[in-house]
Amino acid sequence: MKEQLLQDGKAVGDRMSRVDGRLKVTGAATYSAEYALPNLVHAVLVGSTIAKGRIRSIDTKAAERAPGVLAVITHVNSPKVPGFAAKQNPDEPPTIGQPLRVFYDDKIYFNDQPIAVVVADTLERARYAAGLVKTQYAAEPHQTNFEANKARGFLPTQAKRNPKSPQNDYDRGQKDGYQSAPVKLEAEYVHESEMHNPMELQSIIAHWEAPDRLTVYDKVQAVKGTQRAFAKDWALPEENVKVIATFVGGAFGNGLHNWPHETAAIIAAKVTNRPVKLVLTREQMFTMVGYRPKTWQRVAMGATRDGKLVGITHECIGQTSSYEEFTESSVQQTRMMYAAPNVSTRYRILGLDISTPIWMRGPGEATGAFALESAIDEMAHLLNLDPLEFRLRNHTDTDPEKNKPWSTKYLKECFQAGAERIGWSKRRMQPGTLREGDWLVGYGMGVGTFGANRGVAKVRAVLRADGSVLLQSATTDIGPGTGTAMVQIAADALGLSPDKIRFELGNSTFPTAPSQGGSSTVNTVGSAVLAACTELKQKLQQLGGAAFAGAAPDQLTLAGGQLGLRTNAAAKASLADLRKQNNGQDIEVTTEAKPGDARQKYSMYSFSVHFAEVRVHALTGEVRVTKMVSCADAGTIVNQKTAGSQMIGGAIGGIGMALHEGALMDDRFGRYVTKDLADYHVPVHADAPPVEVFFVNKPDTLVDPIGTKGIGEIAIIGVAPAIANAIFNATGKRVRELPITPDKLI
Amino acid sequence: MNQFQYVRPTKQKAAIEALARDANAQFIAGGTNLLDLMKRGVMQPQKLVDINRLPLNKIERMDGGIRIGALALNSAVAEDQLVQQQLPLLAQALNAGASAQLRNMATVGGNMLQRTRCHYFYDTALPCNKREPGSGCGALEGINRMHAIFGFSDKCIAVHPSDMSVALAALDATVLVSGPKGERRIAFLDFHRLPGDTPQKDTNLEQGELVVAVEVPENAFPKNVHYLKVRERASYAFALVSVAAALQLDGNTIKAARLAMGGVAHKPWRLTEAEAALVGKPATEETFRQAAAVAMQGAKAFKHNAYKLKLAPNSIVQALKNAAGLA
Ligand SMILES: Cc1cc2nc3c(=O)[nH]c(=O)nc-3n(C[C@H](O)[C@H](O)[C@H](O)COP(=O)(O)OP(=O)(O)OC[C@H]3O[C@@H](n4cnc5c(N)ncnc54)[C@H](O)[C@@H]3O)c2cc1C
Repeated sequence: MKEQLLQDGKAVGDRMSRVDGRLKVTGAATYSAEYALPNLVHAVLVGSTIAKGRIRSIDTKAAERAPGVLAVITHVNSPKVPGFAAKQNPDEPPTIGQPLRVFYDDKIYFNDQPIAVVVADTLERARYAAGLVKTQYAAEPHQTNFEANKARGFLPTQAKRNPKSPQNDYDRGQKDGYQSAPVKLEAEYVHESEMHNPMELQSIIAHWEAPDRLTVYDKVQAVKGTQRAFAKDWALPEENVKVIATFVGGAFGNGLHNWPHETAAIIAAKVTNRPVKLVLTREQMFTMVGYRPKTWQRVAMGATRDGKLVGITHECIGQTSSYEEFTESSVQQTRMMYAAPNVSTRYRILGLDISTPIWMRGPGEATGAFALESAIDEMAHLLNLDPLEFRLRNHTDTDPEKNKPWSTKYLKECFQAGAERIGWSKRRMQPGTLREGDWLVGYGMGVGTFGANRGVAKVRAVLRADGSVLLQSATTDIGPGTGTAMVQIAADALGLSPDKIRFELGNSTFPTAPSQGGSSTVNTVGSAVLAACTELKQKLQQLGGAAFAGAAPDQLTLAGGQLGLRTNAAAKASLADLRKQNNGQDIEVTTEAKPGDARQKYSMYSFSVHFAEVRVHALTGEVRVTKMVSCADAGTIVNQKTAGSQMIGGAIGGIGMALHEGALMDDRFGRYVTKDLADYHVPVHADAPPVEVFFVNKPDTLVDPIGTKGIGEIAIIGVAPAIANAIFNATGKRVRELPITPDKLI
Repeated sequence: MNQFQYVRPTKQKAAIEALARDANAQFIAGGTNLLDLMKRGVMQPQKLVDINRLPLNKIERMDGGIRIGALALNSAVAEDQLVQQQLPLLAQALNAGASAQLRNMATVGGNMLQRTRCHYFYDTALPCNKREPGSGCGALEGINRMHAIFGFSDKCIAVHPSDMSVALAALDATVLVSGPKGERRIAFLDFHRLPGDTPQKDTNLEQGELVVAVEVPENAFPKNVHYLKVRERASYAFALVSVAAALQLDGNTIKAARLAMGGVAHKPWRLTEAEAALVGKPATEETFRQAAAVAMQGAKAFKHNAYKLKLAPNSIVQALKNAAGLA
C-alpha cells in the first residue's frame, strides 16, 4: 500500500498553533523537575576546584551532621555502578572514550567535576550542606589553553579505525590545489566555546520503584537511548528502566548525551531509597552538560580572476576532553557546497583538561560555515565581485563530493527571495561607505546546509471508541513543536480533523524512535506516523468488508465517526460496527518506517541562506543587527508557524554566536570565569531584530514520503558569517574571532 | 548559602542598633545583589536586617535641591516627574541599568552599595583580595577585559558597576547617613573608595551606618545631558565604559560642564579637569576630543582591557555630542 498524504489534505502546511501551547503558557506542562513524587528529596552537587589531579581527602562530616541531610556520597562511599567497571561502549557514539564515571575514583579531569552529592530533605538544606564539604587535592599541572596546545591536535580514533569515516582527510583533485590559482587568500578563524543554556536547567528525578526497577524523569533528547544507557550502567533488562521526558524546556544538543549528574541522582536515590531530584545550577550548566567546542580553523582559497573557484583547503581543530573524543562535521560542507575542482579538508581534535563538549544546534556545520562563508566573502571582496554573484558562479547542480544528483536543491530560489527581502541592492561594494548618522551600515550573507537525515522509527496508532486516534512514539519534543507536526501529518493521512488526534511522546515504553537531533524527527517519525496511519486505514478497510475492498488508501476517510470512501458516498461503516468486527477492541497497529534505497542514489541536504543588515557605531564599535532574512530549502513545510519560529530562533541563536556568546577561561586555574547569564551574554529582546522567514516549500519525496528535509540546524548554520560579513561591509574591518564584541571593532 | 537570622524593624533607630550589635550583620533592601552573593558564598552574613519597612522611599523637593530616600526604587526614581525635569541625567542612568524587573526591586541605597562584578570576586575558588584579603588579585594577571584603567592598585583592579552612581557623581550629590554615632553627610565623590591596600572596603561607610538619603543640589543641567552606556549587547549588561555628560550652553558656548565615567575605576570617575577644558569653548567635536584627551591622562591598561583606552575617549566624545545635540 503506497503511503501518501491525502491530496486535498488541509492540515499539513497550515499555521496550526501548538497542540501543547496552552499547557506550556499556563504552567500546566510538567517538566522533569516538576513531578511531585511522595517522599521526594533533593540533591546538590559539589564540584572540584582544580582542573587535574587527585582528591587527597574529602571531609564530609560537617555536611553529614547538617540539619536535614540524608546522605553525602563521594568516591569513597559510593555504591559501585556495575557498568562502570568495564570500559564502557568505547565504540559507540556520540563519543569514543570513557564517559566520566561519577564518584568512581579520586581522579579529577576538569574543573567543577562533580565530586560529591549531598542529599537532604529540602533544597536549601542540601545546598547549605554542600558548602560544608571540604576537599584536599593533589593537583597536577593541567592543560586548558587551546593555543598553547594546538600542535597536539590529532586525527580522531574513529577515523583511524574506519577509513570510510567522514572525519578522515579528504582531497579532491590536487591536494591544496588552490595554490595554483591567480587569486588566493588564506585566513584563520577562531570561536570560543559556546555553552548550553536553554531556559530549563538540566534536571532529573530518579526513582527506584523496586531494587531492580528504575524510573527517571529526565531532561533528555533521547528517551530510548537514555533507557539503554542506564540499563547498561545498572545491569538491568531494558524494560526495567523507564525514562520520561514529556516536556523539555529547550535543548539544543545538551540532552543528547548522558551526563554525570544523572548518574549521581540515580546513585543518591539508591543510597537514600527515596526519589531524588537534582537540578543543576546555572553555573553548573557551564561544565556539566557539554558545549559547542572552541575551534581554530584555517581556510585557504584560490579563484580565477573571473570568479571561478580553483580550490579550497579547510582545516579545523576542535577541542575535546581528555577522556572522550567528541567530534563534529565542521569541514564537511566545504566538500559539497561549491563547484571547486580541488578541495582538501583536515579535521583534528585536541584533548584538554576540560569537560566533554557535545553537539550544539547546527553542530560542526555552524562552526565550519563561519570559516567557509567568511572566506567566500573575503574572496568576493578580493575579486571585486558581489558575494551573491560569486556564489552563483560557483553554484553546483550535483554533489561534487559524492558525484551524485541532489534529491532536491533550491538554493538559488533562496538567494533570490532573500536578496529581495533584505534589500541587497542597497549594499555598497566598497565597505565602510554607507552611513546613517554615527552608524555605519552593512549587508552580509551566509549559506547553510545540513544533511536531510532520516532514521528508523515505530509508531503505534489506536482508533478509540469515540472516534479519536491516539498515536505514540518514543521521540521527544525539545521545542520545535513535534507533537503538533505529527498531528497534522496524521490528520492528512487519516482524513480526520486534527482535534480528534493526540500524539504522545517522551516515554521509553512507547514504540522506539531515535533521539531528537540532527533535524531528522519529522523525516523519521513523521514518516512512521504516515505509515502507521496508512496501516490503520488498511486494517479498517479489511474490517469494513466488501464495500471498501480494493480502494486506494487515499480514498478512505475517517471523518464523522465513520469509515467512508471518497469515490462512493454510499460506502460507510460506523466505528461501532468496525469495533464489533474487531471483537470490541480498540483498533490498533504498530508500524515501522525506514528510509529506502534512494539514499544510495542521491545526495540529500537542506539548504539555507541568511541575510543580515547591521549597524556598527563608528565611535564605540557597538553592533546592532537591524534586520535579518532567513530563507530555507527544507522540503515540505508541515507547519508554517512552528517552522517559522524555528527559523527565527535559529537566527537569534546565530546572533548570539556572532556577537555575544563565548566562555572565557582563566587558564592558570583551568576554570571558566564567565559562568552565569550576567557574564555570559546571550541576545536579549533588544538584540533581536525583525527576522523575515522565507520557505521554498517544495517537497522532496526522495527523503521521505512527506517531502520534508529538516529545519532545526539550517536555521542557525550560516547566520554568524552573514553577520560577520555584514560587519565587514559596514566597517571594512574583518573580524575572524567570535564573538565580535565592541573591543574588536574599535 | 549559610543560615542566618532575619529581623525586620520598623524604626530607623532599631535598624541601626540591630546592625551595630553584630559585626556580621547586613542590611538588606531589594536583595538583588546581596542574595546572589550569599547564594554563591561570597557574603555570609549571620544576620539580615531588612530595612524595607523603614519610611525611606520619598522623593521630595528640599531646600536647594532634591532629596531621594535610600529605599526609593530605581524604577520609581527614573519615572519621578521631579527627577525627570530636574535630573534627567539621573533618570537616564537609572534606565540604562539592569532590567525593568531588577529596577523594580533595586533601591537607591542598594544600588550605590552593590559590589563589583569582577569574576574573581564572585568565585570563591579563585583568589580575590576584596573577598578574602591577602589571597591575591586574580584579575591582575588573569581575565581583565572588564577592569579598571584608572585608580587601581596592585591589590585590586575591579570596577564599580553602578550606572546610577556615575550620574550622582557628576551631579555633586551628597549622601546622608545615620549610624550609632548619629547623622553625617558624605560628599558623593568621597563615598566610594579607591582600592589601595584595603580593597575589601568599597566605601567610607562605617560599620552600622545606614544610608538614609541622597541629596542632589539644584543644578544648571535640566537639558543637554546624556548618559551613554557602551555594553556588549543592546540592553541588560554592565557597562564596558559609560559616560555621564551634562552641558550648560549659551548659544554654542559651553558655560558649565559635568563629566563622569563608569566602568573605568573602583569608584565613579569624575572628570573635573576635562570639565574645565570644556568651559568657555564652543560645543564642537573638536572641543570634545580635546577634553577627552585630558580625561584620559594617567590611564593605564592591562592585558585584555587596552580597548578601553580608545573606547573611553570615544565614548566621552559621543556622550558630549549627544548632550549638545550634535549627534
Ligand atoms: C543580572 C543583573 C544585572 C545588573 N545590571 C546592572 C547594570 O547594568 N547597572 C547597574 O547599575 N546595576 C546593575 N545591577 C545591579 C543592581 O542595580 C543592584 O543589584 C541593585 O541596585 C542593588 O539594590 P538592592 O536594593 O537590591 O540592594 P541589596 O542587594 O539589598 O543590597 C546591596 C548592598 O547594599 C547594602 N545596603 C542596601 N541598602 C542600604 C542602606 N540603605 N544603607 C546601608 N547599606 C545598604 C546591603 O547591605 C548590601 O550589602 C544588576 C544586577 C543584576 C542581578
